[in-house]
Amino acid sequence: MKSSVITFPGSNCDRDMDVALKKFGFKNKMVWHNDAELPKSDLVVLPGGFSYGDYLRCGSMASKSKIMKSVINFANSGGMVMGICNGFQILVETGLVPGVLLRNKYLEFICKNVFVKINNKKNTYFKNIDNEVLEFHIAHNEGNYFCTKDQLKEIEDNEQIAINYCDKTGKTEEQFNPNGSIKNIAGIFNKKKNILGMMPHPERMIDSSLSGEDGSIFFNNLINNLK
Amino acid sequence: MNVNEQVAIDHGLKKDEYAKICELLERIPNITELGIFSAMWNEHCSYKSSRLHLKKLPTKGKQVIQGPGENAGVVDIGDNDAIVFKIESHNHPSFIEPYQGAATGVGGIMRDVFTMGARPIANLNSIHFGSPQNKKTKNLLRGVVHGIGGYGNCMGVPTIAGQTNFDSSYNGNILVNAMTLGLVKKDKIFYSKAAGLNKPVIYVGSKTGRDGIHGASMASASFDEKIEEKKPTVQVGDPFTEKLLLEACLELMAGDSIIAIQDMGAAGLTSSSIEMASKGNLGIEINLNKVPCRESKMTPYEIMLSESQERMLIVLENGKEEQAKKIFDKWNLDFAVIGKTTNSKKIELFFDNEQVANIPVNTLVENSPMYDRKWKKAKLPKKNKIKKEVLKNLKIIDVLKKILSNPNVCSKEWIWQQYDHTVMGDTIQKPGGDSGVVKVHGTDKAVAASVDSSAVYCWAHPLTGGKQVVCESFRNLISVGAKPIAITNCLNFGSPENEENMGEFVECVQGIGEAAEYLKFPVVSGNVSFYNQTKEEGIKPTPSIGGVGLIKDYKKMITMDLKEIDNIVLVIGKTEGHIDQSLFARNILDEKNGPPPEINLFNEKNNGETLLKLIDAGHIKSAHDVSIGGIITAVSKMCIKGNKGINLKKPKYLINEIEYYFSEDQGRYIIEVNKDNLKKVTDILNKNAVHYDELGTINKDQLFINEKTKVTIDELRTSNTNWLINYMSK
Repeated sequence: MKSSVITFPGSNCDRDMDVALKKFGFKNKMVWHNDAELPKSDLVVLPGGFSYGDYLRCGSMASKSKIMKSVINFANSGGMVMGICNGFQILVETGLVPGVLLRNKYLEFICKNVFVKINNKKNTYFKNIDNEVLEFHIAHNEGNYFCTKDQLKEIEDNEQIAINYCDKTGKTEEQFNPNGSIKNIAGIFNKKKNILGMMPHPERMIDSSLSGEDGSIFFNNLINNLK
Repeated sequence: MNVNEQVAIDHGLKKDEYAKICELLERIPNITELGIFSAMWNEHCSYKSSRLHLKKLPTKGKQVIQGPGENAGVVDIGDNDAIVFKIESHNHPSFIEPYQGAATGVGGIMRDVFTMGARPIANLNSIHFGSPQNKKTKNLLRGVVHGIGGYGNCMGVPTIAGQTNFDSSYNGNILVNAMTLGLVKKDKIFYSKAAGLNKPVIYVGSKTGRDGIHGASMASASFDEKIEEKKPTVQVGDPFTEKLLLEACLELMAGDSIIAIQDMGAAGLTSSSIEMASKGNLGIEINLNKVPCRESKMTPYEIMLSESQERMLIVLENGKEEQAKKIFDKWNLDFAVIGKTTNSKKIELFFDNEQVANIPVNTLVENSPMYDRKWKKAKLPKKNKIKKEVLKNLKIIDVLKKILSNPNVCSKEWIWQQYDHTVMGDTIQKPGGDSGVVKVHGTDKAVAASVDSSAVYCWAHPLTGGKQVVCESFRNLISVGAKPIAITNCLNFGSPENEENMGEFVECVQGIGEAAEYLKFPVVSGNVSFYNQTKEEGIKPTPSIGGVGLIKDYKKMITMDLKEIDNIVLVIGKTEGHIDQSLFARNILDEKNGPPPEINLFNEKNNGETLLKLIDAGHIKSAHDVSIGGIITAVSKMCIKGNKGINLKKPKYLINEIEYYFSEDQGRYIIEVNKDNLKKVTDILNKNAVHYDELGTINKDQLFINEKTKVTIDELRTSNTNWLINYMSK
C-alpha cells in the first residue's frame, strides 16, 4: 500500500506519521506542500503540527497550498484522505469535512491520553476493529469541534461522526470531553466516509513503551482494509 | 550623539570601564561602538564577576566532546551518537512580560542546540515563582507556562520534565530556566570558530527589528519601581519562523558548506559576529545596509543591538552561497551575504559607505573586565533542638496530607499537560517522574534528563547546597535506570556587588564543583544570571542543575509507580533524622533556621552505583529518590502513581516516627523488589556496604503506618493533585 504524508511549513508530526505508516507496512512518501502533483497513493495524510504557525486561523493558509488542489481532487474522486490534529484543521478549512475547530474550552493546550468511542464502523478506517473504545492521545489548543444545528443534524443523519471522547467503558458524557467539542466529537468523516479528520494522534500510540498501543490496532486494521 | 562618561553610565557601564574603553581604543568611542562595548561587557555576556570562579569547575570526562565555551556542551553516547545540551536563564524578561519572556527563553536555548547541528529532542525547564499569596504569582505562572508551551509545542519538541517552585524570595524576580537536549552525529558537530580569509558572512532567518535592544544589559541590572518601562527591551518570539530556521539549518548542515555558525541570542549581531571572529582569531567586516531589516531607517546602533529572535550568522565556504540560498528560499527565510572574514582582527562596520565602527576584537573579548569581587564566607548554622513533645502532638497523616498538598510538592500536572510531551514519538517517560526519558530515535538507547535546584539548602549553607543539587540530579537519573554522564548549570543569584550574594555564588559553585568532580559528573555548559534582585532584596541562591544520563537498553528503564501487591519496599541509604531545613521543619514547625542535610559523597556515589547494578540485573520493579518531604512523601507519591497501598513499619531506630518519615537525609532511594528477589537484593546491598531498611509490603489501596494509622491512597491523591488546580481556577 502506498501512502503520502504532506509536509507544510510548520508541520511537526510528519516524521512521526512516516514512522508509524512504515511500521505497519505502508510504502510512504513525504510530499512537499509546494509540489503540484501527488504521487500515486492509496492514502494521503495531512499530519499534525502548526502549519504556517497557526497564523490567521489554524489550517487556513495550508488549505490554500499548491499541493492541496491535488489532494482535494484526489479526495473528491474517492481517495482516502486522513487529517490528524492540524491536518483535521486543514480539512475543515478546505470544506472537505463540515464544521470548524475552535479554541479549547478552558483556553489551554492539552496533551494527554483520552478514550474515544468508535461511532461508525461501516467505513475503511474502522471496519473490523473489535474494540468499541480506543485509547488515543491528544495534543492541541484548537480541537473544540463546532458546527451549526443544521450541519449537526446532517452529520448525524449521514452517520458522519467517526469517534467521540468517552471514558474507558465508552460513556460519552460531558465530563469526558477534554476540549468542549459539540457532542464530544473527536473525529468526523465526509459523507462518503473516504475522508477522516480527527484530533487524536494514533501515531503516538504505536508501542507499549510510548503512551500506549491502540494506535497499532488502528493502523494494522487500516492497511488490512485497504489491501 | 556625542559620547561621554554620562552616556556610558546610561549604558550600564561603570566609570572605570568607560575609561578603559577609551584607553583600549586610544580615542573616544562613537555611539555605535559604545553600544557594542556595553553589550559585550555587561555581566550577561562577559561573565565578568563569575569567570574567575567558573574556571574551577570540572569540565572534562571520558564522554565529554565539548565543554563550556561553545553554544552548548556535547557528550558521547556511543555508536557515533552525541547529545548536545545546555540550560539558560530568561529571568528578567519573563518577569516583565511572562509569555514572551518564557517563550523566547525556550526559543533561544533550542537555537543554541541546533546551531551545533543537533536536532532538538527534548526540552526541560525549571521555573520559580514568588509566594502563591503574592498577587502577581498566578498571572506570572500562567503566562510563563503558556509561553513555554507556545514555543516548544509549535517547534514540535517534547517538553519531558521540569521543576516548579514557589518561595517569597522570588516575589520580585521570578526564574525561568530552559534546557534543551539535541541529538547529533559525532562527526557532524558544528562550531562557532570562524576560519579562512575572505569567506562570506551570511545572515539568515528573521529580519532585524527594534525589539530587544539592550536586552542583555537589562538582564544585567537589578529591578526598581520603573521596571514596567523595560517592556520594550523584551524580545518577541516567533516559533514558526524558528521551526523553519531549524529545518533549513539542518538541511544546509547535511552538506559541507558551513565553516562556522552562531545563533544571534543575547546582544544579537554584535555578540555573534564578535564570538566567531574571536574564536577564529580573525576580523569581520560587515556592511550593515545588507542586513535584512523589519523597519525602515534603522540605525547601525539599533541593528547591532537588536535582539530580534530566530536569526543566525554563518561563515560559508566560498562559492557555496547560491546553493545555500536555495535552501533558505525554500523555507521562505531571509538570506543575505552581509560581510566577509578579514585578517584585521577587528570588527569593521560600514553603513551608507561610511565606516561606523572599528574595534579590535580582543578589546571586546579577552580584555573585557574581570572582577575578583569581595565575598563573604557563610557559616554553617547551628542545629536546632526540636522538643520531642512538639513532635508527639502531631498526627502523622495530617502532616503527610499537608506536605503532599504543599505547593512545592504537589502534582504539577496542570502545568505539564499544557506542554506537548509526546511529539516526536520517542517519549518513554513523561513529566512527573524522576527524569524525563526519550528514546534515541531508531535505536535501543534512551536518554534521561532532569533539572533540579534546592534553593532552601543553598540559602542555609551554600557549599552544602551546591553539592546537594548535583547529587539530587545524579539520583534522579539513577532512579530511572540511567547512568549519569554530565551536567549543565544555570546559576541564578542576586547582585554580585553584594558580598553576601557573591559569597553564595562562590560557595555554591565550589559545592557544585566538588560534587561534580567526585561523582565524575562534569559540567559541560551553563549560564550565570546575576542581579535577580529588586532594590536591596535578592532571591535565595538558586543554582539549577540539568543532568543527562544514558540508558543503554530502553526496556530497562524504571518508573516510580508501585507495580505489584505483596512486593517489598526498601529504602536505600541511612536515615539519621535530619529535620533542619526540611519541608517538615519549615512548613509544619515553622522553623526556618538550621543547617541543611549533610552530603556524604562516598555514600552518594556508592548507593547510586549499587542501585544501578541492581537495576541492570533486573531486580528493581520501581524506584524513586527521597527528596523534600522525606521517606513517607516519596513512598506516597509511588503509591499514588501506581494506585497501590503499602503497610509501613518503622525499623527499630532511636529516632522517632516523625523524624524517620519526614527527615531529609541525603543519598536515599526507595525501591520495590519482588519477594523472591529480596535475598539477592539485600545480599548485593550488604556486599557493597549500602545501608537499607525494609519499609513494608505493597497492598491494594491503603497506606498503613505500624498497623494502627491508615489513610486511603485516593485521599492522598486528592491532597496531592488539588492544590494547583484549585489555585489556578480561583
